[in-house]
Amino acid sequence: MPTFLELTHISKRFGGVQALADVDLTLESGEVHCLVGENGSGKSTLIKIISGVQPPEAGGKIIIESREYSHLNPVESTRAGIQVIYQDLSLFPNLTVAENIGVGQHLGGFHSVDWNAIRATAKRAMERIGVNLDLDVKVEDLSIANRQLVAICRAMAADAKLVIMDEPTASLTRHEVDALLALVRELKKKGICIVFVSHRLDEVLEVAERVTVLRDGKKVGTYDAKEMNDHKLAVLMTGKEFHYDLAGIDLSARKTVLSTRHLSRKGDYKDISFDLREGEILGITGLLGSGRTELALSLFGMNPPDGGEIHLNGKRLALTSNREAIDNGIAYVSEDRLTLGLVLEQSIASNTIVTILDKLKGFMGLIPQAARQSTVDRWVKDLSIKVSNTNNPVKTLSGGNQQRVVLAKWMATAPRVLILDSPTVGVDISAKDGIYEIVRGLAAKGVAVILISDEIPEVLYHSHRILIMRNGRITGEFEAHKSSEDVLRVAVNA
Amino acid sequence: MPENFARFRRSHEFWLLSVILILVVGLSVMTEGFLTLQNLFDLLTSYAFLGILASGLLVVLISGGIDISFTATASIAQYITMLLANKYGLNWFIVFAMASVVGIGLGAINAVLIDRLNISSIIVSIATLNIFYGLLVFITGGKYIYSLPPWFSHGIYWFEYVDADEISYGINLQILALAVMFTLTWLILNRTNIGRQIYVLGGNREAAQRLGFNVFRLNILVYCYMGLTAGVASLIQAQLAQSVAPTVLVGKELDVLAAVVLGGASLAGGVGTVFGTILGLTLLAVMQNGLILLGVSSYYSQFFVGLVILLSVSATALSARRKRKGVMTE
Repeated sequence: MPTFLELTHISKRFGGVQALADVDLTLESGEVHCLVGENGSGKSTLIKIISGVQPPEAGGKIIIESREYSHLNPVESTRAGIQVIYQDLSLFPNLTVAENIGVGQHLGGFHSVDWNAIRATAKRAMERIGVNLDLDVKVEDLSIANRQLVAICRAMAADAKLVIMDEPTASLTRHEVDALLALVRELKKKGICIVFVSHRLDEVLEVAERVTVLRDGKKVGTYDAKEMNDHKLAVLMTGKEFHYDLAGIDLSARKTVLSTRHLSRKGDYKDISFDLREGEILGITGLLGSGRTELALSLFGMNPPDGGEIHLNGKRLALTSNREAIDNGIAYVSEDRLTLGLVLEQSIASNTIVTILDKLKGFMGLIPQAARQSTVDRWVKDLSIKVSNTNNPVKTLSGGNQQRVVLAKWMATAPRVLILDSPTVGVDISAKDGIYEIVRGLAAKGVAVILISDEIPEVLYHSHRILIMRNGRITGEFEAHKSSEDVLRVAVNA
Repeated sequence: MPENFARFRRSHEFWLLSVILILVVGLSVMTEGFLTLQNLFDLLTSYAFLGILASGLLVVLISGGIDISFTATASIAQYITMLLANKYGLNWFIVFAMASVVGIGLGAINAVLIDRLNISSIIVSIATLNIFYGLLVFITGGKYIYSLPPWFSHGIYWFEYVDADEISYGINLQILALAVMFTLTWLILNRTNIGRQIYVLGGNREAAQRLGFNVFRLNILVYCYMGLTAGVASLIQAQLAQSVAPTVLVGKELDVLAAVVLGGASLAGGVGTVFGTILGLTLLAVMQNGLILLGVSSYYSQFFVGLVILLSVSATALSARRKRKGVMTE
């Protein structure tokens, strides 16, 4: 395949930070190339240099179709056929599909608008990639997946030869991801080079031919995607070996904390029976819509079941609200809580105690400072949150430490059962590992954990036992240390 | 066509039009004087000032900004122009050019402050409103200009027609200026790439920058256009009032904002049409006029205007929420 773009000796400094150091990269026409790396590895900076938003340091060379540049500006980059589809898609929600696709025609000095030309451009771009959307609908009325199609059409309308997609699958369902990947294969056939920037390694490996790994601003290497798997990539991205296995600990002697018997809720799940023991991490996996989140919400008192029983420490529970669940020692941390569950401007201390203000409340409803500080200190120590001062705003912490604060906040409610729903979505690998470490630590202290995830490696390597859910029922149960990714994958998709 | 009509039926404009029709029918039945040629002519003439300003503010709101300093701008433009007109004679063309230049200049000050210092437009325009107005009152001592050049006082009348009661109608300066400014605004917004760039900017500022739209140039254009409308509006107001008073215009900015917001423009930017603004202004005019004709105290008029704005904005918010839910469950 012909080389479309070649970068040599690309470096970039921002103040004292070396964002990129001597990176080389070649992109070929008609290939799907994956760019992976943790936050801060230099992916975004590299994209900015390719799209002409930032110039590289002197000495770098950018060669596009055998034309050489020392740096690009956004107009040159667009003219050369480079299009970036950012994670936020950069669309105009207030305008129609047609105008969003043809928005490039509005550029330039004063001229009149040729609405027919804009519609024709939009239609042509849609035909080229075989999608069909109503030209006159406003983009704000489209689903996320369709908005993404509009963004891709816009890139097509600009005669893209290289399309860079930043985290394109982050907010799509599995079904939509499949449709997107099919479209990517279509673009590839037309000789367009596609660069994927993604956290979701498993999806990326499905379509990519080559993978380039960046770490701390340096290129680790470019690899054949066929020879890669998520474990190998994780090691390359972080430079660390991860030891995931929770060796088969015998839990049979442990006390049962939570159990359900024939729990059902019409339309959500049916006949769910399981036991959860002290210190156990129970993984639950299944496709989106298998009922796992609905079940978790029921255990948390937010989605009352219409049949069956829940027992906590041998006593029957009939939860009607999440407040009750919290009072009974059940905590539920949803997907977005780990990333959005903090008031970033507020102090670490305030964020930690926000769930137990009622318990701490003393005379006239005021919070006694000594009790507040001792609670905060305890969790900061227990979860080894690295802070210089607990009165600093949460936003001064690193991502991984912020997540520890979220967990601290829930641990402060002294839960006996901790339900984690997709705790590592959108989190990079080192931070993921931090979360797993904390969860393992909590389990070792006797907390019973339910870990819900649609990533099979996640439940396999970080649970003792795994339940598979499908169409609202439990369809399989596996001991983690006696199972494998393939076995689980088959069970999930059966 | 039926699809377009279905879309129109769901629009804010359709809702406004229905309310206006109901009000018009109601007022025509309940009062003697509402549905008369004279009343409608007077309404058009006296609301032209607000209407011209509304067309300027609409453009600012679509771009995602706001300006409330335009009444001070208008006062200054009016004062300077009429002062010079009294001194040097001048003619129609020159006075309009002069008022426009003053308006555009003051608008440019707003634009530069908002864009270069990256301060929010509401703060900048509150500050410049006070600065412009304060300077004007300080320098003029708040003195009125009562005598205007005779050709200016006499105004313009085309297609004059006198009815049995010897009241004359026609296209006067106010109606002409209103029509010209609405048409110009519509042309800019819908038929030129600059107008579409303003929608693009208001819809997603960051994306606009990424695609290479020149945000600074657009801000200059938008706030200068607001200034231009303020200049034009100031002269037709002076002509109607037959005097220039430095203190009467400031305070009207919220009426203009009310008309534009009633017309469906969003303070978040990117949304709004000239047709909507015309309807918003019509609703405001019919309501205020109707209440007077019904003999309701003018204090109540403000109460009702506030109430209608609240209802209108709530209705829009509710339908937007319903629409979002529809997308989610798609």
